[in-house]
Amino acid sequence: MTMNEKTVPASSGSGGALREKRRSPWWEVWRRLRRNKAAVAGMTVVILLLFVAVFAPLIAPYDPNQTNIKIRLQPPSAEHLMGTDNFGRDMFSRVIYGSRISLYVGFIAVGIGAVFGGILGAVGGYYGGRLDNFIMRCMDVLLAIPQIILAIAIVGALGTSLLNLMIAVGISQLPRYARVVRASTLTVRGQEFVEAAKAIGASDTRIILENILPNCMAPIIVQSTLGVAQAILAAATLSFLGLGIQPPTAEWGSMLSSGRQFLRNAPYLTFFPGVAISIVVLALNIFGDGLRDSLDPKLRQ
Amino acid sequence: MPELIVVENLRKYFPVAAGNVHAVDDVSFTIDEGETLGLVGESGCGKSTTGRLLIRLIEPTSGRILYRGRDMASMDKQELHGLRKEMQIIFQDPFSSIDPRKSIGETIGKPLEIFGMGRKEREETVDALMEKVGLSPRLYYKYPHELDGGRRQRVGIARALSLSPSFIVCDEPVSALDVSIQSQILNLLQELQETMKLTYLFVSHDLSVVKHISDRIAVMYLGKIVESAPSLDLFRNTLHPYSQALLAAVPIPKLNRKRERFILSGGVPSPINPPTGCRFHTRCPWTMDICSQQEPPLTDRGGGHSVACHKVP
Amino acid sequence: MKDTLLEIKDLNVIYKTYEGTVAAVNGVDFALDRGKTLGLVGESGAGKTTTALSIMGLVPSPPGIIQRGRVTFAGQDLLTLPEKDMKKIRGNRISMIFQDPMTSLNPVLSVGLQISEALVAHQNLSEAEAERKAAEMLEKVQIPGARYREYPHEFSGGMRQRVVIAMALACNPRLIIADEPTTALDVTIQAQVLELMRSLKEEFATAMIMITHDLGVVGEVCDDVAVMYAGRIVEMGSLDQIFGNAMHPYTLGLFRCIPDIEEESSTIHPIEGLMPEPLDLPKGCPFHPRCPQCMEVCRQVVPEACEDNGHRVLCHLFGGGERRA
Repeated sequence: MTMNEKTVPASSGSGGALREKRRSPWWEVWRRLRRNKAAVAGMTVVILLLFVAVFAPLIAPYDPNQTNIKIRLQPPSAEHLMGTDNFGRDMFSRVIYGSRISLYVGFIAVGIGAVFGGILGAVGGYYGGRLDNFIMRCMDVLLAIPQIILAIAIVGALGTSLLNLMIAVGISQLPRYARVVRASTLTVRGQEFVEAAKAIGASDTRIILENILPNCMAPIIVQSTLGVAQAILAAATLSFLGLGIQPPTAEWGSMLSSGRQFLRNAPYLTFFPGVAISIVVLALNIFGDGLRDSLDPKLRQ
Repeated sequence: MPELIVVENLRKYFPVAAGNVHAVDDVSFTIDEGETLGLVGESGCGKSTTGRLLIRLIEPTSGRILYRGRDMASMDKQELHGLRKEMQIIFQDPFSSIDPRKSIGETIGKPLEIFGMGRKEREETVDALMEKVGLSPRLYYKYPHELDGGRRQRVGIARALSLSPSFIVCDEPVSALDVSIQSQILNLLQELQETMKLTYLFVSHDLSVVKHISDRIAVMYLGKIVESAPSLDLFRNTLHPYSQALLAAVPIPKLNRKRERFILSGGVPSPINPPTGCRFHTRCPWTMDICSQQEPPLTDRGGGHSVACHKVP
Repeated sequence: MKDTLLEIKDLNVIYKTYEGTVAAVNGVDFALDRGKTLGLVGESGAGKTTTALSIMGLVPSPPGIIQRGRVTFAGQDLLTLPEKDMKKIRGNRISMIFQDPMTSLNPVLSVGLQISEALVAHQNLSEAEAERKAAEMLEKVQIPGARYREYPHEFSGGMRQRVVIAMALACNPRLIIADEPTTALDVTIQAQVLELMRSLKEEFATAMIMITHDLGVVGEVCDDVAVMYAGRIVEMGSLDQIFGNAMHPYTLGLFRCIPDIEEESSTIHPIEGLMPEPLDLPKGCPFHPRCPQCMEVCRQVVPEACEDNGHRVLCHLFGGGERRA
């Protein structure tokens, strides 16, 4: 791309065929991310997790819910890589299927939190005044209650099921997104291109959806990667406490819970699910941090 | 030439903790169709605010603005929305006035999209607009950060032209650009004015630029117009002390200046508590008693040349 | 030239970025005498600030590399000086004034303290003496000394810039480098500050390099002018020579594209095209794509500097002793 061309172009009527390729701002972000080794490692683990979750039926050697009392509480071996639990179910397969639930909860909960929290934050930040005050005070109330306690309360009220678990974790995440998006909105709102949008007749809704929210993507994305980690942990905790997924469904937290009583003789029952949670949460956190760093210098020259 | 815009007793106050910022304080002027009115002054004088008031980006505290004879305050939402097609604005900062996440083709075509033009027609119109402002249509999908300041400003101009407006507020459109690019953009604005029959309000702190492009000039100080005259008149016969100081302060790249040095003392007073009487009296070398007591009205001295000063007979 | 204070020879600075190598300064030579003011003029990206930072030893070192060159200040080559010696020079014998008065001052320290910091560090004054001297400096820049303890936010933009000037002059340096010191100020305030700089410069007999894009400002304060484009000095001479008899097409272009406020009707003639990408400088003369008088040789060969009575031009039109019309 030469910048030395004269100001007036030679030909007219060039049409679509001669358009230059786009060079998205995201490309820069990707390039910067690639250089952060730790973040790339984290991202790889996350991708691996996605892969495992999606292809679970093909990877898991056994049916995770297949009980077989004859082979209960066997330590890790060639046939059962992570041993068997007290019902004779293959731990390896259970851990693999457990990833599905974790991801499910993680993404849906974050989805709920991001969408509703984001809209509330954007609306509050854009209009300001009493509306903003009201919304943020509601968020403050939610924030004042520790996340887990809030989730417990909601599940307690709605009943224990996968759906309610996701709603509970989602709601507890809401205020974070509202705050983060509101802060971004306040910054973006002051930019001249928002004034410019008003000058060309754009409605408030259009401005929020097309101009403000897309420019808040960076903090939303960072908050989301960290949020997925938090959601997975929250789901595991709730299941551990018996408020989330009910047995026999394979879920890492509930596996930890049921493995507790066998801690002395069969530590592998708690070890593997525990390690799985730790690795996934760690990877998401590192990836999230790396993402934040590469999004930070942003798209300014 | 018919009057396109009539401004009467326009005021805009911004409430802050310490009181009210008198950004624009009882300003009146007219702009004829096809002419360029230059609004010049230093930071805080209210010129940018005036520009934004005219196109209704902010609401006035009091006063009237008439567009083609219609009072804008009496227009309903529908009519005001339609007015957007007639009045547009070009911003100062080519970096922040364009959405960094949209391609420039999308940015230029956005007004057309908002007013209902279909996709194919839009793309063709955007191509034509880009050529008109000197941008190669090949750049349609480029993002703002891939372009330099001069090109970005052309994008802003193309966007302002897309709805074929009659009136454009140019808010310091060349101040953020390199000198050699400034001249390109100024020439472009003048060409466009001729071919598209545009009326400009040209806001700037740069007197040389304002003189070059304006038919008439109004000088603002602390929210008020202190002098207004046809361009050449203002420079041949500068009446208001502030205008004289402003002119004398412009550094000239020449060996032998024609003007005397005239340097003001002190700084601009706070717009929250403007001085009593004539606002300029605190820095004026010829201040008299009456200057701190009574505000001088803006009176016509003949030939369209108005001044607000007790010293001028 | 026994009065030479600063001499720069063949300065070349590059920045290594991910996208490639930016040739910021490409062979800059000039000399500055004691007490004189040199205006370094150019548009953004010309390399003026990088040149100034090289003199101060402040070129950010991971991306920036000084490839070669010599910067001789009062007999010493600054480029080879160890950092601890450089520290003794900065703020003491060479000071710098930056463009933005809002960010040049530390918001949490009083202005007086910021001035006396330099005095205590370089001149070994006691705190009480430094305080007194700092108040004196404030008076010199027409700010009441009693305002010593006030904070930057209590001053206007113009006054802040004067505080910065006071800081720069505190240790009575031999050279001040001012990087666009008045660009962020209103025109009438700029006039005040330039007037102040003129009178202080005489009083302290300091040499100054004034970096600016505004030829008008150059005309107000400078004795000599150097015009930069794409990392090179394309023309250099005394104020009279450059303003009265500019030769390089770029310099001429600059003068012709500024609206003349003193003429009744003026047409401006823009310079066509854009500044070259520093990552991808054109072959031959860097100005050739925009030059109305470009010749074939300009596209291929970088011109040699040719000098006549102190007036130096980098252009094939004047090369080889042969002057073409």
